[in-house]
Amino acid sequence: MTAEIGQGITVAKTGEQGAFGGELLTINFGPHHPSTHGVLRLIVDLDGEQVRRLTPVIGYLHTGIEKQAEALRWQQAVVVTDRHDYLSPPINNLAYALAVEKLLGVEVPPRANALRVIMSELTRLASHLVWLGTSGIELGASTMLMYCFRERDTILDMNEEISGFRMHTSYIRPGGVMADTTPRFLEMLDKFVRTMPSNIDEYEALLTMNPIFRSRTIGIGMLPAEDAKVLGATGPMLRGSGVAWDLRKSMPYSGYENYDFEIATSDMCDCYGRYLVRIKEMREAVKILRQALDRLPDGPINIDDRKVLPPPREELETSMEAVIHHFKLFTEGYTVPPGDVYVAVESGRGENGCYVVSDGTHKPRRVKFRAASFVNLQPLERMAMNHMVADMVAIIGTADTVLGDVDR
Amino acid sequence: MGIEALAESLGQNVLTTTLGKLIGWGRGNSVWPLQFGLACCAIEMIHTATAGVDIARFGSEAMRASPRQADMMIVSGRVSQKMAPILRTIYDQMPEPKWVISMGACASTGGVFNNYALLQGVDKIVPVDVYIPGCPPRPEDLLNALMILQERIKARGITPLP
Repeated sequence: MTAEIGQGITVAKTGEQGAFGGELLTINFGPHHPSTHGVLRLIVDLDGEQVRRLTPVIGYLHTGIEKQAEALRWQQAVVVTDRHDYLSPPINNLAYALAVEKLLGVEVPPRANALRVIMSELTRLASHLVWLGTSGIELGASTMLMYCFRERDTILDMNEEISGFRMHTSYIRPGGVMADTTPRFLEMLDKFVRTMPSNIDEYEALLTMNPIFRSRTIGIGMLPAEDAKVLGATGPMLRGSGVAWDLRKSMPYSGYENYDFEIATSDMCDCYGRYLVRIKEMREAVKILRQALDRLPDGPINIDDRKVLPPPREELETSMEAVIHHFKLFTEGYTVPPGDVYVAVESGRGENGCYVVSDGTHKPRRVKFRAASFVNLQPLERMAMNHMVADMVAIIGTADTVLGDVDR
Repeated sequence: MGIEALAESLGQNVLTTTLGKLIGWGRGNSVWPLQFGLACCAIEMIHTATAGVDIARFGSEAMRASPRQADMMIVSGRVSQKMAPILRTIYDQMPEPKWVISMGACASTGGVFNNYALLQGVDKIVPVDVYIPGCPPRPEDLLNALMILQERIKARGITPLP
């Protein structure tokens, strides 16, 4: 028996007997629902108000990004990598760029690496700010959104200053980065790094000891370390269960081994623990930004290879060879030696991997993204089990899934 | 009281207008959007609602979760083939009069994704009033689209759709 009860929620009786003397009800949660962080749909079996079974249904944002990348040339595919995990575009770029660079067998200069680290950490902050703001609003703390998006706007302004675009920067490209810093960018970054710690204090003042927030998150969505590992949780979901695994430390890339920072972990294993992990990660990101800004090396921002990157604009006026390189690069692109490679980076959501196969032509044979949000949906049932249906909002929020990343 | 004195005292306290203009004014300044985030553009939509740009200045800060309470649907992001029937259902559930803003390149034309998975423009399934270019558009672009829509709503008044 099914019945429409409005707002797109359909109820069906399963015929199974629950522990409270009633029948189990199957309800549909999403895909259009304000607290599903996008277009996630969940089919939930309820016993009274308690969750007994939970099945995520995904694919409502399937964009064919991986297939689209096969139709684009190597340097064009950067653009679609921006758009799968749309809260951390530069980190997606970085995974793809590192993979292509590994196939090409090139190393980017130190200044490019430092700029990549700066953009990655800014993105991590921006991504955590969206998480904090939207999670706050879902648990009734609507002020959080205003505070968090104030700082996020500053980060997006910095993105715009360095790359000309607010969100999908396509800033990190195979062979280096798109453009060098401007004096105004460094000024903005310096000011941001100086003011951000006090802003994080402000968020903590609003939430950390807030009795409503604590009672809605402490003990909710328990995920013991063993389960987290078995279910493949990654990023803050794993570290919130006390497992100190961060790709920036365990498999450093782009010179992360040169920065002094700590892995944020919490042994609480619940939504509150994951909140603490993300707050700590924001503080660590500011620390890394400070170090990167102070030690920003001079030098080129791109590899010196005219087959992969276009010549500087001024050379086009004087050198015929530069014109030929420019023409070849923008009409047929460059080739990448055949082979396959997997590279993973740490995004705000966890291990963001990129598997690239080349058959030696101008286009990728296959581009596969290992999405952190997708694997973080896996522990959802474990976390929501036997919780009230109202706690589901906190539990979905704590997984920090980006549906563009899940469905790609 | 003479008729002139009456007219004078009324002139200071009474505005005359047409019913159409009055309703258009009311509708145009309280366009409640449906809280319907799809992809990247939804993040810029949230930015539009926050303090920096503040859509509340235009009376559209009340994002409604239920389509029954919404006047306007902002299609913020790419619409997949799987999402298309749901989007249409939600549009059908909205009460008349209703408006649609197609936010961003993906919603308007499919954007960079000319492939099997994506609807090549949301106007294939719902009528669109305003298109916004950009990937994603800036929050200011969304505000501009809202202002264009408001002018249209005010101009239309109570005239039924053709």
